[in-house]
Parts: sequence; structure tokens; C-alpha cells
Amino acid sequence: MFRAKEYVRAKSLQEAYDLNQKRSSVLLGGMMWLKMGRNDKGTAIDLSELGLDGIEEDETEFRIGCMCSLRRLEQHEGLNRYFGGVWKECTRFIVGTQFRNTATVGGSVFGRYGFSDILTCLMVLDAQVELYQGGIIPIAAFAGMKYDRDILVRVIIRKDGRRAAYTSQRRSKTDFPLIACGLARKEGIWYAAIGARPEKAVLVTAPVTEEPFEVQAKELADRFCFRDNLRGSGDYRRHLAGIYMRRLMEQLGEEDLECR
Amino acid sequence: MQIKITLNGKPVTAEIQADTLLLDLLREQGCYSVKRGCETSNCGLCTVWLDQLPVLSCSVLAARADGHAIITLEGVPKEAEAFSDYLAKEGADQCGFCSPGLILNVLAMERELTDPDEEQILEFLSGNLCRCTGYMGQLRAIRNYLKSRSKHEREV
Repeated sequence: MFRAKEYVRAKSLQEAYDLNQKRSSVLLGGMMWLKMGRNDKGTAIDLSELGLDGIEEDETEFRIGCMCSLRRLEQHEGLNRYFGGVWKECTRFIVGTQFRNTATVGGSVFGRYGFSDILTCLMVLDAQVELYQGGIIPIAAFAGMKYDRDILVRVIIRKDGRRAAYTSQRRSKTDFPLIACGLARKEGIWYAAIGARPEKAVLVTAPVTEEPFEVQAKELADRFCFRDNLRGSGDYRRHLAGIYMRRLMEQLGEEDLECR
Repeated sequence: MQIKITLNGKPVTAEIQADTLLLDLLREQGCYSVKRGCETSNCGLCTVWLDQLPVLSCSVLAARADGHAIITLEGVPKEAEAFSDYLAKEGADQCGFCSPGLILNVLAMERELTDPDEEQILEFLSGNLCRCTGYMGQLRAIRNYLKSRSKHEREV
């Protein structure tokens, strides 16, 4: 159950940052995960009036505000056009339409959850996070950082020509993923990320070789660690990872041919 | 703290705690169509529209709704009745506990999607759980309802 003594709708990032330096404070994202735990907080800080709920696109990058909803990400034409529908694929099974209308990109990424489809997908792209104090850092480095009291302001995805594909397996359609796989290919390099191992996604890169996709996929999958939990065993996950990586390679391979 | 919302078209001023959930506020205001089914942001029974978008009121702070417009099933009686007739005809409302959330989300879907196919319908409504039925009655009702609406539009 979520409890808070005070609610503040921040007027500026500085105000939000100052309030957030108290250990009892909490920054609200969509509040979907936050309210699932036992949380007795002092001040709940709301960023919803700072104009950070949109997606900006220019020639070089996409800038996604931390309060942008997962639904917006799913439906954004520019993002899906550029990345071949990967954003729709990695969001559409997350609980339900109503959930995705309030769950936020900032909450999902800052939480660095093991089950995060969003983090897994961002990992294989040239993505960075913009922190209010910490500046702009690559997503993979951010995923490994300790939780601190900074504010994740935006997620930035560069348009570097990378094509990406995503897939996940779930016990039922709207459950947490049992395994989440993202793959991108650019200039002879595979960028692979697997989340819900059940640990959070990590990035692995490998050169594209002449070997059949099946062999390359297995080699990629073997470089990840997998563990058991209620949704599946580590061995099962490793087995699935090999299959899904091969399918994603096939998907990207075909797209490469189409481009030529 | 005090907040001002527009609830079903009428201005409402309410005294709330910092951590009051929108769901509890709405029930306090007499909107008993808003149900607490799971409290884990999963079942869709507490669905309301926040600035026209369907959201889970169990997962939104009432304080966050300050200055915004909320619609519950009580705010769309005509539209709700039109669709629930189709639900009843298919015998799809068994205990009826999940119906308000489903109806609001079907109406939101109607606004958002043009001529959705079955997969799109299932995907849009996958966050509305029903523990009595196998969803087939609802799906038949939704298809019939959408068909009648597009026929009506063509005639107009």
C-alpha cells in the first residue's frame, strides 16, 4: 500500500530535485509499481506539470520526456516508423490500455526492473538518459548504476540507422514477460539484450558472421546468465533465448535485404 | 488538501489526503460503478476516463486529478445503456461486477479505433478481466454493437 503525508506538484525540476533529496520523499512516475509495495513516504513529488509528457523528434534523435506514457510510446508514428514497429511490439502486452495510459517511460526506466520490456528494447538502440544533475549517459551504463536521488528527465534515442526487433514470451498475454529479447543490427554488429532472465536486461554485442543464424543466435544466447524463478527455469530461458534470437535475426536479415 | 475536479461534467470541490486514491474519492462522491477488483492495477474494473483517456483509478492519486476532468459510467448513461443492451442480449453480463469498467473501455475503444478487427479489439480490452465468462459473449456483443453503430452512422 502506498502512503504519503504530502503531495507536491513541482513547478520546476529544481524544486522537484530539492524535495527529492530527503530520503522519505518519492518521485512519482505512473505510480503503477510504486503502489504495489509497502511504501510509507513523506512527500510524493509529481512532475506531471513540467511539460515532460511528450516525444520530440528532429533529424538526429528522439527525445522522450520522463512523464510520457507507455501508450504514447506505443502509438508514436515517428518512433515506430523509424524503428520498424519495435515500440508497439515491446509495449502492447504490458497489462492493458488503461495501465499504459498512466505508466510512464521515466518510471519504467528509472526503476531498472528485471521485467522491463522498455529497458530491454532501449538497450539495443543508441539510447541515453538525461539526468537532471548527472547529465547525459548511455542507457547500459545507467542500468548498472546504483539508485540515487537524481531525476531522470528524458530518454534520448539517436537515429543512427539501426534496425531493431523485439519479442517476448509470457505465461498469459498480459503477464510479466518470462523472457524479453531485443536485437538490433548495424554495420556488421549484433546488439542483443535479454531481460526478465529474470534479472534486468544487459547488452551483449557480437560481429555478424557467415555462420547460420541458428549458430550465431545460440552463441549470443550463451553469453547471458539465466536463473530460475516461478515463471520458468534458467535452462528453459536459455533454450528460449536461442530460438528467439534466431527469429529476430531472421526478421532483421529480411529487412536488410529489403533495404538493398 | 483541497482539489477541484470536473466529475461527469459538474465542478466538484473535495477535501482529500495526499495519498487518497482516485478510486476512493470517486466512490465517496457516489460513483459506485467504480469497483475495486484487484488493487494490483490488473483487472480494469476501476476504469474511468481522465481527460477522456481510460485509466485505472486504483492507481491514480486523487491529487493528480486536481484540475482535470473525470468521467465515470454514471456520466455516460445513454451510451452505456446502448452497449449494455447488446451485452444482455448475448448473456454476457453474468455477475455484472466487471461490466462498468468494460463498458467504459469499449466506449473509449470506439472513439479511438476505426473499424477494429478482432485482434485489435482483444488487444485494446485485454486489461479488462472477467472471471465468470470466457469473454466470447462480450466479444459477440461488442461486434454486434460496433456493427450497429457503423450502420447507424452510414444512415445518418
